[in-house]
Amino acid sequence: MQNILLNIDTATIDWSRAQFALTAIYHWLFVPLTLGLAVIMGIAETCYYRTKKRFWKEVAKFWQKLFGVNFAMGVATGIILEFEFGTNWSNYSWFVGDIFGAPLAIEGILAFFMESTFVAVMYFGWKKVSPGFHLASTWLTGLGATISAWWILVANAWMQYPVGCEFNPDTMRHEMVDFFAVAFSPFAVGKFCHTVISAWIIGAVFVVAVSSWYLMKKREQKLAVESIKIASIVGLIASLGAAFTGHISGQQVAKVQPMKLAAMEALYNGGTEQGLTAVAWVNPFRQPDYANEQAAPLKIDMPYALSIMATNDPKGYVPGINDLLNGYTLPDGTSEPSVEEKMERGRLAIQTLADYRKAKAEGASKEELSPLLATLSANMPYFGYGYIRDRSEVVPYVPVNFWAFRIMVGAGCLFILFFAVLVITSFRIPYVTIITRRLLASLGLIHESHADTVGADALPVWHYWLAIALVPLSYIASESGWLVAEFGRQPWTIQDMLPTWAAVSDLNSGSVAITFFLFLILFTTMLAVEINILLKQIKKGPSA
Amino acid sequence: MTYEFLQQYWWFIVSLLGALLVFLLFVQGANSCMRSLGWTEEGKRLVINSTGRKWEFTFTTLVTFGGAFFASFPLFYSTSFGGAYWLWMIILFTFVLQAVSYEFQNKLGNFLGPRTFQFFLVLNGLLGPLLLGGAVATFFEGSNFIIEKNNLVDATALTPIISRWGNASHGLDALLNPWVLVFGLAVVFLSRVLGILYVMNNVADEDIRSRGSVRLLGAAIPFVILFVAYLVHLLLKDGYAVDPATGVIFLEPMKYVHNLLDMWYLDILLLLGVGLVLFGIGKTAISPNYVGGIWPAGIGTVLTVLALFLVAGWNNTAYYPSTADLQSSLTLANSCSSEFTLRTMFYVSFLVPFVLAYIVYCWRKIDAKKLDKEEILTDHAY
Repeated sequence: MQNILLNIDTATIDWSRAQFALTAIYHWLFVPLTLGLAVIMGIAETCYYRTKKRFWKEVAKFWQKLFGVNFAMGVATGIILEFEFGTNWSNYSWFVGDIFGAPLAIEGILAFFMESTFVAVMYFGWKKVSPGFHLASTWLTGLGATISAWWILVANAWMQYPVGCEFNPDTMRHEMVDFFAVAFSPFAVGKFCHTVISAWIIGAVFVVAVSSWYLMKKREQKLAVESIKIASIVGLIASLGAAFTGHISGQQVAKVQPMKLAAMEALYNGGTEQGLTAVAWVNPFRQPDYANEQAAPLKIDMPYALSIMATNDPKGYVPGINDLLNGYTLPDGTSEPSVEEKMERGRLAIQTLADYRKAKAEGASKEELSPLLATLSANMPYFGYGYIRDRSEVVPYVPVNFWAFRIMVGAGCLFILFFAVLVITSFRIPYVTIITRRLLASLGLIHESHADTVGADALPVWHYWLAIALVPLSYIASESGWLVAEFGRQPWTIQDMLPTWAAVSDLNSGSVAITFFLFLILFTTMLAVEINILLKQIKKGPSA
Repeated sequence: MTYEFLQQYWWFIVSLLGALLVFLLFVQGANSCMRSLGWTEEGKRLVINSTGRKWEFTFTTLVTFGGAFFASFPLFYSTSFGGAYWLWMIILFTFVLQAVSYEFQNKLGNFLGPRTFQFFLVLNGLLGPLLLGGAVATFFEGSNFIIEKNNLVDATALTPIISRWGNASHGLDALLNPWVLVFGLAVVFLSRVLGILYVMNNVADEDIRSRGSVRLLGAAIPFVILFVAYLVHLLLKDGYAVDPATGVIFLEPMKYVHNLLDMWYLDILLLLGVGLVLFGIGKTAISPNYVGGIWPAGIGTVLTVLALFLVAGWNNTAYYPSTADLQSSLTLANSCSSEFTLRTMFYVSFLVPFVLAYIVYCWRKIDAKKLDKEEILTDHAY
């Protein structure tokens, strides 16, 4: 049964990528709010538990009501992703399932059951369990969601930086050899911290926005002011944390995914003493001519910052796209082969594997197989390159990486500023609050009468509108982060191991196109319903 | 702890998850007959809120079942999901619709109206068990796929995909096999039986309980007929055996009978399970005040389905046979993860009793007071 010619419609690959992107983007609209609101409602209910004041119970129940509406969509969009690795990426599921499947199974056992059990207690258990058990259930709902994030990010981190595995030529797949290397890889830890902390930003922005709307309407003012206090602190800590963990993630990307970094920076030709690009003109609608252009036009960068970020050395070498394609030699003498050499070695690995299997099937001895295994082992790191047909295929789509990264970082900086000002103006911090308010008043940014007051209810209307406007920006920033992570890894499903066209299922493109549009219609409709319900619930308020 | 033991152990865990999933399909079953059970809008709301407190368990068990299969038998996961694409996609669509239907239906701002989401619950209630049952039936009836791992290194292949479905219907062809439909319909009626029993136990409403008693036999009789028919067919049919020494797969007449004879403990499991299901149904039908039928019937369901799964995979049986190419059939040995992964997951499985313990604890807390009209009017409710 060898040499089956599979006439895969190459459009299948693109439709499968599009479908995964669609379902993942939709899922990520709901998960961050789940993670972020879980913290806010947990704090609110803790305040109720400690003070026994009915007010805090109403605050907690209000945010929990909104949490529930959003949680349902997170669950609905998540189930598709769990199975989509199998439905649309079956070759991937076989090739690396020995490693990839374990985090998904553990996610189900540890996290999903925790979420699903305790969310029921949280909603229906107010009169059925003790206040302490109810509070624990609220926090465990959030913890379940967070543990779920851990394991799925372990899986995604492994796609970016495959560790803890070895290729088995007899089973034709990669197999796990070190579980802890997979579960606690530095990439996984960094990604988890950055992703979850950035989700807290969305929760905080959402709470501030809803509360700001109430303050504008002069309704639910106590709930709004107290909720802003909680959310502003969570938001500030999260914004600063996201910046720090983002830096760590950037360093990791520089080490193990240099092509992604080069795409993020639109760095066509690298070298030492590289600056971090603040902005440049990269046409958003086409791949730049990196082979012939020296650099992106109108580039403004921060001198040495990229070298420092990547290597902790202002004179550190950072390869650009052309360096990674043509090969380069580092100042210390170590060299990186050209992509053509990698392709050659990849094809050698594939052919050697075929020869090994043929020889073994014909009854070759261990001694006869040994040189084949040695060749395979030496070239296995480039196996994935054996499926590459042209050097341009290993370059991700630069415009998406470049602009998505800048949107994310720019928004992140704005959030730091926004939450810092909000914390200062909402709390009575000795000297700092009054000085800041008077400064803002002198700049005409707040009314003079509010210069010496404290509290989120003593802010100008434009501030409340800004808070509301930050909601879509926070989602755009969050999704941009994922675009960088996933587009930057292309064409690989597993970095350097398996390109998309070797990972897909044997399906006709029509089937995948149909399910793509079905998901698009279904999820968009459900999103519209959810937003309408949330808006109506907010308008109704907690006391209705 | 040998590699073979780990394979058997993980087939047991996957089987147990599958069995629990079938039990938890009572959510779907109750939803599929919400109109006949609930009758009035208030009654329907009681049914929806009853299952609404449990729907996430079914959902999560389905997801964990898939995840566990992926981790322990990745070749099944890739072959079945990638090949029987449409079958699985329809199942998943109905569950996606279910997931939002509880939360959205009676909320202000739901511009699709509550009936739309109630329809989705009924759709999931019927299609979910039917297609999941059909998918499980293919463990015995076979599926149309071919596996060729050497495609990975075939320079002439456009894409090096190792598994391929043998026809363009991608899974829907299974429904053309009447025995797959028989089993699928048996699961539908079983889920309705369990759903009726569950609601009778969980909802403190005399009208609903009396309607449940009446409708129970309407679901139980077709279930028993269909299940017995399939069981007889299963015992008489050829099965897919594997030679453990060579890995060669061959057809063996009455293979599943041989499995039951070789593994006598499964006979006990099966008989006990069937007995408990019949007891739960029978006692509820005969005793008007008895509302605890869900427990024997539920436990019986778990035992019966567990026995069937184990019959499908243990004792050198190809659990996912191929009707297109016999040697492409999947066995525990040729489809499982590596020994390292199975051993790692073995240790992870020690967490399962703790997870079950807190689920049981919370279940009992929430259900300590039966659901009634007052609760859905005054407390948080769908």
